Amino acid sequence: MNTVETDIQQAVEDAAAHLYVWALKDIPQDLRDALAAAAETETSVPGQRVLQTILKNVQVAERENNLVCQDTGIAVYYCRVGEHFPLHPARIYRALYEGTMRATVDHPLRSNIVHTLTRENTGPNVGYRVPIVHWDFIADWDGLDVKCVPKGSGSENMSFLKMCVPADGVKGIKTFVLESIVGAGGKPCPPGIVGVGIGGSADYAMHLAKEAIARPVGTRNPDPLVAQLEDELKDLLNETGIGPMGLGGDVTVLQCHIEHADTHMTLNPVAVNYQCWAARRASAHIGADGSVDFDREA
Amino acid sequence: MAEHRLTFPASEEDIRKLRAGDLVTVDGHIIGIRDRTQIRIFDQGVTPPMDLNGAFLLHTAPGVRKRDDGGYDPVCIGTTTSARMVRFTEPLGREYGVRAICGKGGLPDDAIEPMRQYGMVYFAIVGGAAALETTQIEEIEEVAWEELMPECLWKFRVKDFGPLWVGIDSHGNSMFHDVNEAAKERLETILAGL
Repeated sequence: MNTVETDIQQAVEDAAAHLYVWALKDIPQDLRDALAAAAETETSVPGQRVLQTILKNVQVAERENNLVCQDTGIAVYYCRVGEHFPLHPARIYRALYEGTMRATVDHPLRSNIVHTLTRENTGPNVGYRVPIVHWDFIADWDGLDVKCVPKGSGSENMSFLKMCVPADGVKGIKTFVLESIVGAGGKPCPPGIVGVGIGGSADYAMHLAKEAIARPVGTRNPDPLVAQLEDELKDLLNETGIGPMGLGGDVTVLQCHIEHADTHMTLNPVAVNYQCWAARRASAHIGADGSVDFDREA
Repeated sequence: MAEHRLTFPASEEDIRKLRAGDLVTVDGHIIGIRDRTQIRIFDQGVTPPMDLNGAFLLHTAPGVRKRDDGGYDPVCIGTTTSARMVRFTEPLGREYGVRAICGKGGLPDDAIEPMRQYGMVYFAIVGGAAALETTQIEEIEEVAWEELMPECLWKFRVKDFGPLWVGIDSHGNSMFHDVNEAAKERLETILAGL
């Protein structure tokens, strides 16, 4: 079978290559604002010094055109594909794969991906089933939205799942989130974003938790019940005193984001996925004509 | 809380002066090390081709650019989570005379006793602040075990490296132990109020 590489595939590849590096260098304004607000409220001496160092680091990255953090992460992409977008998802995946690889070689970026058993490097931030791509399909639309989330391992290692039972109720959810974050201590580079996925199935709850960390910082779930839980958990988490980098202080988390799905009557899954303070993400909106509109805030 | 400036390699006497919570800035030479490097040293029994006596070890896997002459220039050098590597603390002190281990997020309490016994400290750095950290690295002077890239043994010359907190001192104190214990107590109160 012959395959034809179209211009639009090239446009998606170019966008991915740009997004990966851009996300690593230029953190979104909502995150910058959240970090600045944290520095205004933090009262502990080490916590204050940590936050000032973080703010300085963001400026140095900008001045030196360097990466904010050395961990170039595992490349995760979220795609929203319109039903009339003129490139099949199989080709979109190929473009994201090639773009990730090209960005890694050209910059150069640190290459993190290894075979999970042999631990041998598998290529320039690509490998079997890497990058990781999540798909949503949108009816009556011809565009493509791509969000790149290079996920650092320090925070990804702080991921937790509990299959609470219905009798544990909302209290069980809160308890598990609080225990997870106290247990994580300084390891995931606090203060960051606590992503929580509730409902669905075991795998889907963790997927939702990851989706939650990739939202613009401080946005609220459209369901008012869930939004209320986000506010409540954020405040409770900041009462733990873990503080910036786990050195003690008032600001343990910048935000708590929750995504939910309906679930089976006997299930009550809770997943926690942490995102470090360097919560990197960058998006592009790609038109059916191959036009690309980059968006740091989506 | 005192502030110190230290040059590495350092002596046991220098290290014993430091107390948990002190703030430290470092000059001199530091050695980059990570999971695979230490698995090779201790689990595979391979002697490292660099002198670790008095050394400052940094938990890192740097982003670098290879030069035509075979050397490396820094691209982005930052620090990884230390807790994964806690089991190497004791042999690093006993067998190699390492004086400081630096990383982010703290070392669990298992590190407290070997650090007291062998005269070592744990320095806590601000994780993720790699753009700043890279400006404090003057040169990559030496690289060994390049086949483990990026988890090689790296020798960096640094100036004004920090800020670093003495997270664990050589007298049995740990900031992380204290913060975590206090957090567990607060958690009990929070959970009781749910």
